[in-house]
Formats: sequence, structure tokens, C-alpha cells
Amino acid sequence: MYEILFKKILNENTKFMVVDAPEIARVCKPGQFVVIRVNETGERIPLTIADFDREKGTITIVFQEVGKSTKLLGSLEKGDKILNFVGPLGKPTPTEKVYGTVVAVGGGCGTAIVYPVARAFKEAGNHLISINGARSMDLLIYRREMEEISDETYETTDDGSCGVHGFVTTVLGDLISKGRKIDLVFAVGPVPMMKFVSKITAAQEIPTLVSLNSIMVDGTGMCGACRVNVGGQMKFSCVDGPEFDGHEVDYDELMGRLNAYKEQEEISDRLWNESQGGAA
Amino acid sequence: MSDRSNKAPAKKRERKPPTKKVPMPEQDPLERRKNFDEVALGYDAEQAVAEAEKCLQCRNPKCIDGCPVEVNIKEFIELVRVRRFMEAALKIKETNSLPAICGRVCPQETQCEQSCIYGIRNEPIAIGRLERFVADYARAHDEPMPEILDRIGRKIAVIGSGPAGLTCAGDLARLGYDVTIFEAFHKPGGVLVYGIPEFRLPKDIVMAEVEYLERLGVEIKYDYVIGKIRTVLELIDEDGYDAVFLGTGAGAPNFMRISGMNLVTVFSANEFLTRVNLMKAYEFPEYDTPVRIGNSVAVIGGGNVAMDAARTSVRLGADEVTIIYRRSMEELPARLEEVHHAEEEGVHFRLLTSPTEVLGNESGEVIGMQCIEMELGEPDESGRRRPIPIPDSESTINVDTVIVAIGNSPNPIIPQTTPGLDVTYWGTIIVNEETGMTSLPGVFAGGDIVTGAATVISAMGAGKRAARGIHKLLNGE
Ligand SMILES: Cc1cc2nc3c(=O)[nH]c(=O)nc-3n(C[C@H](O)[C@H](O)[C@H](O)COP(=O)(O)OP(=O)(O)OC[C@H]3O[C@@H](n4cnc5c(N)ncnc54)[C@H](O)[C@@H]3O)c2cc1C
Ligand SMILES: Cc1cc2nc3c(=O)[nH]c(=O)nc-3n(C[C@H](O)[C@H](O)[C@H](O)COP(=O)(O)OP(=O)(O)OC[C@H]3O[C@@H](n4cnc5c(N)ncnc54)[C@H](O)[C@@H]3O)c2cc1C
Ligand code: SF4
Ligand code: SF4
Ligand code: FES
Repeated sequence: MYEILFKKILNENTKFMVVDAPEIARVCKPGQFVVIRVNETGERIPLTIADFDREKGTITIVFQEVGKSTKLLGSLEKGDKILNFVGPLGKPTPTEKVYGTVVAVGGGCGTAIVYPVARAFKEAGNHLISINGARSMDLLIYRREMEEISDETYETTDDGSCGVHGFVTTVLGDLISKGRKIDLVFAVGPVPMMKFVSKITAAQEIPTLVSLNSIMVDGTGMCGACRVNVGGQMKFSCVDGPEFDGHEVDYDELMGRLNAYKEQEEISDRLWNESQGGAA
Repeated sequence: MSDRSNKAPAKKRERKPPTKKVPMPEQDPLERRKNFDEVALGYDAEQAVAEAEKCLQCRNPKCIDGCPVEVNIKEFIELVRVRRFMEAALKIKETNSLPAICGRVCPQETQCEQSCIYGIRNEPIAIGRLERFVADYARAHDEPMPEILDRIGRKIAVIGSGPAGLTCAGDLARLGYDVTIFEAFHKPGGVLVYGIPEFRLPKDIVMAEVEYLERLGVEIKYDYVIGKIRTVLELIDEDGYDAVFLGTGAGAPNFMRISGMNLVTVFSANEFLTRVNLMKAYEFPEYDTPVRIGNSVAVIGGGNVAMDAARTSVRLGADEVTIIYRRSMEELPARLEEVHHAEEEGVHFRLLTSPTEVLGNESGEVIGMQCIEMELGEPDESGRRRPIPIPDSESTINVDTVIVAIGNSPNPIIPQTTPGLDVTYWGTIIVNEETGMTSLPGVFAGGDIVTGAATVISAMGAGKRAARGIHKLLNGE
């Protein structure tokens, strides 16, 4: 059992939790994830390690409530326990390297996943530009954190309520067309966002890393649920990734696979909402 | 026999007609298509005794040579005959620590029962069913704990809680070692729990075996992926384990090299069965993990895994389930009983057929599968006749779900994180046959991670051998 030591509500449907998991905290690296199961009837879901404290033995997770499992997790409070917490899984991001100028792009809740990796890029001595985007101002997370570690910070909102009116790709496209030399782009967010970021950078052949959020069961290479097509080859996100060369990923296939259980997810979500006394 | 020397046919001694096994009580096929309860219900005491009475008590009991762990079949059957069921169970447990499981899932027809002398003229003695009966009897009647030697204060780490790991842990605990099992999943049992379905091996039985180990003092740590949270070498160098046993199985699913394998409704048998068995998706939405089943399912493969996937599909409500296998019925590697049960439950078999492409629609769902017909040529290295495609015999079958059950490979996480551990080209770990020790002193391995996908009983045998190997090593022999 893994105790929740701290909980914060970042916005209406994004929660931040610090969990007691000393053995994972001791060895995990930026870019890795955990697979959690809240309770006996729960599903196994992957969440990125958003931060860790080796001394205190804690792992931070930040998640968006999109369905039953994330809502159930979000309903837990400080002092509650998570039944299973497996990790650290996946390959760490190669953050020790000095690339030069690195642009870290986070869309929505993806910014929480970008943060530890971006911080490591910065610590390795890279010039860090961050682009943090969301639909509207209240959905922007990690604003201060990103600001603190970045050499240059940009914010975008779809509705223009904060920062640049537009998408993360608006800013990225601008930087590129202004002729800024960019050595690496690291992007995490909704699949369409990662797809368009990769499209823009492909033209200039800027190396681009994306973190894929495929559906997973075990997270250790035993089921193949997470398989993705990268450069025409079948890869398992959980062991070969979750980060891949953004220019090689078949995003359309990934989007299809993410919809595999739509019908059942809607049933679970409706039952959950009803059990919480709300309408669907 | 003397018959042949007797010239006058009139004098021919009358032979009894061949006998059959006492039939196994089973759930009706039409009924069981709709539930996940166990199919075979087990003998009662009268049926067991009647079956045991047929045993010839051979002077040279060939049955025992046919069993990979040499269960003393002759003596345990005699104990059944005289109704000393508990003693019969203890007799089996001398060499086989998981009889309730083996009695249910061993491929008896190629092992103990194949060699049974009574079986030359008749159906062999139902050794598996008797083994299951006595093990179930013992579990229901408070079986006594075995003698455990004094703690000797030495620590052993066992990685993986499949049959290999459980057996190795049990044997070492009885010798007085402090054994800790590290398991990646949140439940113990390996394939016994995430692979083999409830209707063939109820999970309560596996849990009872695990509890028995815990009473022997074995500790199990779940959610521990060795190679990720801790490496094998750290367990030895930093955590003070005197030896490590790797029983991590062959869990990585293989896919075919044909187009369409990444379609949304193509699943590995591992994913499908893990969702249903380990995560209890058949009780969705009470359990949160979903499973998706279409109307028309093709299962590619012919082993136990394929039968399990097909029979599970039937139970989840698929109208039409077809096994697609590239050789003929004779080469089907699955246990005979599973094939019969699958047929009874309405699973179709399309033999001498191999898929060449899975076809999908715009949203990535399967709408058909193109297949080619095969014929059997000369035997290959494995001794089985090689399937050869028949030119221009391609056709498309109408399916909306494909389950791939063409075998599993060893999971590379441990080899990749353990420098100095020698593996074969296929990724299986190389061990000394006799001791089970790998290229790293103090590190042992056994089960599917060494042999590639095999059987429960062979994994247990390997766990036993390694326990002996570890005991010898640590006692300086
Ligand atoms: C490596 C990795 C890291 C991730 N990190 C984060 C994170 O830090 N924060 C965060 O908010 N989300 C993260 N996700 C996504 C998160 O796992 C899903 O949002 C979550 O599983 C949804 O479950 P649900 O029951 O709440 O929603 P559901 O209603 O079940 O599903 C909503 C959508 O989530 C996806 N999903 C469903 N089940 C799974 C599953 N078992 N595994 C993966 N995706 C699934 C599907 O695309 C689905 O359409 C990550 C995913 C991966 C693969
Ligand atoms: C669907 C199916 C049906 C089968 N039916 C039969 C049958 O009827 N009869 C028969 O004899 N055989 C059958 N088999 C084969 C049999 O189950 C296997 O040969 C046997 O289970 C192998 O045992 P094992 O202990 O080597 O490995 P497994 O049973 O595979 O157990 C390995 C365990 O190690 C864990 N693990 C893996 N990696 C790590 C790690 N890095 N850290 C920690 N833990 C780890 C896994 O989670 C798992 O629990 C079947 C197999 C399948 C898949
Ligand atoms: S363990 Fe398996 S092979 Fe051995 S006697 Fe029992 S059923 Fe037969
Ligand atoms: S070979 Fe058959 S008949 Fe002979 S002892 Fe063994 S089980 Fe009995
Ligand atoms: S999640 Fe099962 S193989 Fe990746």
C-alpha cells in the first residue's frame, strides 16, 4: 500500500499528489512512469513520474481526470492509500546530453510530464525554451515551475485568455521561421498536438522526442497492448519507450488504438458519475 | 502373448474388452458456454476408488518414468484404493508440491498416462484425475504442514511467482532458508493466474498453494519488477541475498510478420487473457478493466494458449469462434482435453490455414482476414511435418476480432540489466542442466525463461533442481 502524503488541486480536473514510494524514488529517472491500481476492482493505469524526492522517498504524480480510473484516484485524499504502485517503468529520457537549445513543449496536463525532463535538460547545461499551452488560462498548469527553470518561457491558450492566442505550434512555428537554431524539441500532450509539432519540426529536420500515452496493461512488455508503429516497426511503448522519435510515429494509428475501449470507458464513467450523485 | 502360439483359434482365451477411464463429471457444454466456472467437476471418492482399483500395480511402473518430477504414482494410487486419501496426497507432495494444479493442467496424454502399462490395451489409468482428487481432498481436510528444518539464517531471492518460482521457494523454505519472492504483478502464480482461465484452473486453488508457502515462511513482495526497481546484482551485492533464482517465464507475446497486426481489434492472447483472468474483465463493470469481444473471432495458433483464448471468447459472448492453425489436427500441440472441450463448446477449427493479412476499416477495426491454405511437406527439425502454402489458395474470412496466440518469448528486462548473464540467440537464459546455475555464480534460473514456453510441470521440475543446486552451493558441496 502506498500512502498519499499530499494532494493539491491544480484546476478543476487536474490533480497533484505526492505518494510515499521510497524504493521507486531511490532509483527513478526523468521520463519514467509508474503503473498504479487504486483498489481491488481497479484497473492498471500508467502515470508519469512528474517529480521525485530521493531523500523523502516520495513520487509526485499529476493527472487529468478523464474517466473512471483517474476520477477514482482523484477522489482519494491525503492519508488514503493506493493499492498498487509499480515502477519505475520505461526508458529514461536521455537528459544528460548537452544538445544546445532545447524547446520543451507541454500541452494541457502534458506540461507536468515535460517538467522533470525539461529541468534535467536545463541542469545538463542546455538553453531551455518552454512552451506551455492549454485550452484556456485556468487549464494552464505548472506556470511558475516552468518559468523558474526556463531561459525563455511562452504560454499559449486556444481562447486567448492568457499568453499567445493560439496553439503551442503557433509559437514553435514562429521560433523556427525567425530562424532560431533549435537542437531538440521535446513534446508531450494530446496526440494531435504531438503530431503537429512533429510535422513542423520535420521540415527543418529538428530532432523531436515525443512521449506516447498508449493504452497499457502490465507496463513490462508482457501484453502488447501498448504497441505502436515507429518507422514501420512494431514497438512496445512501455519497454521501448514511452519516448520515440516524433518524426517516425504513426499518430493516426495511435489515435485509433486509444479509442479501442471507448464504449466500455463510457459505461464506467457514467456509473462512476452516478455513484457520486452527479449526472453523467 | 500366448495367443499367437495357440494354433487352435477355438482355444483362444477370452479377453475382456478394453476399459475406459471412469468418466469425469463435467458441466454441460451448453451451460458452461455462459459461465467461467470450472468445467471438469472432479471425481468423488467412489469414482476415485473405482479408477484406482484398475491399476495393475506394475512391478516396473512405466507411468513414473513418464512424469517429469517422478511422482510415485503406483504408491499413491494404491493409497487411494485403500481410501487413505490424505496419505496419498502426502505421497504425491514428496516430489510434486502443486498436485491440485498439475492434476488439472498437465498434458497427461504425453507424460504419465502415455507410459501407463494398463493403457496399452485400454484407456490408461486416469492418473491426472486421481492426482486432482487427492489434492482437492487434502485441501478440504486440513492437510498437515510438512516438517520444516530450523532457520539457517541465509537469504534467497526468488524472482517471479510462477510454478518454477513457487516450487523453488517452497523447497528452500522447507530446508530452513529465508525466502523472499519478488513478483512484478499484483498477484502471485504467473501464467497460472494471468494466463490459464478460471474455468480450467480456479484461482482459489492457486491462492491456497500460495498461502501454504506463506505458512512455510515464504515472503512475497508484489509490484516488484526486478531489473527496474532493483537489479539482480544489487540483490546480491547490497541487499545480502546469498543466492537468486530467476523464474521469470516467457511472457513477451509474439506477433505475425503480416500487415494489419496493429489494428485495434487484434489482440495478443496475453493481453486478452490477462484482462480477463488477472484483471477480471469478465466481471466488467464491477471490475474496471474492460475487454472487447466481437461477433466473429479468429484465434491464430494451436496450443493451450489458443484453446484458452478461443474458449474465453465463447464465454464472453462471441457468436462464432474459429481456431486458425497451419498444420493438421494431429500436430495440434494443445492438451487433448482442451481440444475436446473447445469442440464441445462450439469452437470451429480451420486447419492447414495460415493468415497472410488482417484487413481493417478506417477506424482501425478488423473487417476480415486473408488466409492461405497449406499442405504438409517433409518433417522439419522439430520432427513435425512442415506446412507449405498452396499457391493461389488465398481467401478472405469474415472476422471482426483476431487473437494472436503463436507463442511467447522470454522477457528481456532481466538479461538486459544483468551484465554477465549468458543468454541464447532466442533470449533464453543458459544454465547448467544439473544445478540450474547460470553463468553468474549464485544466480540460478529455471522454467520458461530457460526452456522457452513449455509446461507447468517442467517449470516445477526446474524449480526443484535449482533449489537442490542452491542448497548444494551454499553448503560448499
Ligand atoms: C506512459 C504513460 C504515461 C502517462 N502519464 C500520464 C500522466 O502523468 N498524467 C495523466 O493525466 N495521464 C497520463 N497518462 C494517460 C493515463 O494513463 C490515462 O489518462 C488513464 O489511463 C485514463 O484512465 P481513465 O479510466 O481515467 O479513463 P478512461 O475513460 O478509461 O480513458 C480515457 C482515455 O485514456 C486512455 N486510456 C484508457 N485506459 C488506459 C490505460 N490502461 N493505459 C493508458 N491509457 C489509457 C484512452 O485513450 C482513453 O480513451 C499516461 C499514459 C501513458 C501510457
Ligand atoms: C494461456 C496459457 C495456457 C497454458 N496452459 C498450460 C497447460 O494446460 N498445461 C501446462 O502444463 N502448461 C500450460 N501453459 C504453460 C505453462 O503455464 C508455463 O510453461 C509455466 O507457467 C511456466 O512457469 P514459469 O514459472 O517458468 O513462468 P510464469 O508462469 O510465466 O511465471 C513467471 C512470473 O515471473 C514474473 N516476472 C517476470 N519478469 C519479472 C521481473 N522482471 N521481476 C519480477 N517478476 C517477474 C511474472 O509476472 C510471472 O508471475 C500455458 C501457458 C499459457 C500462457
Ligand atoms: S505431475 Fe503431471 S505428469 Fe506427473 S503424475 Fe501428476 S499429472 Fe502426471
Ligand atoms: S503403469 Fe499404469 S497400471 Fe502400472 S502402476 Fe502405473 S498407473 Fe498403474
Ligand atoms: S503495456 Fe503490456 S506490453 Fe506494454
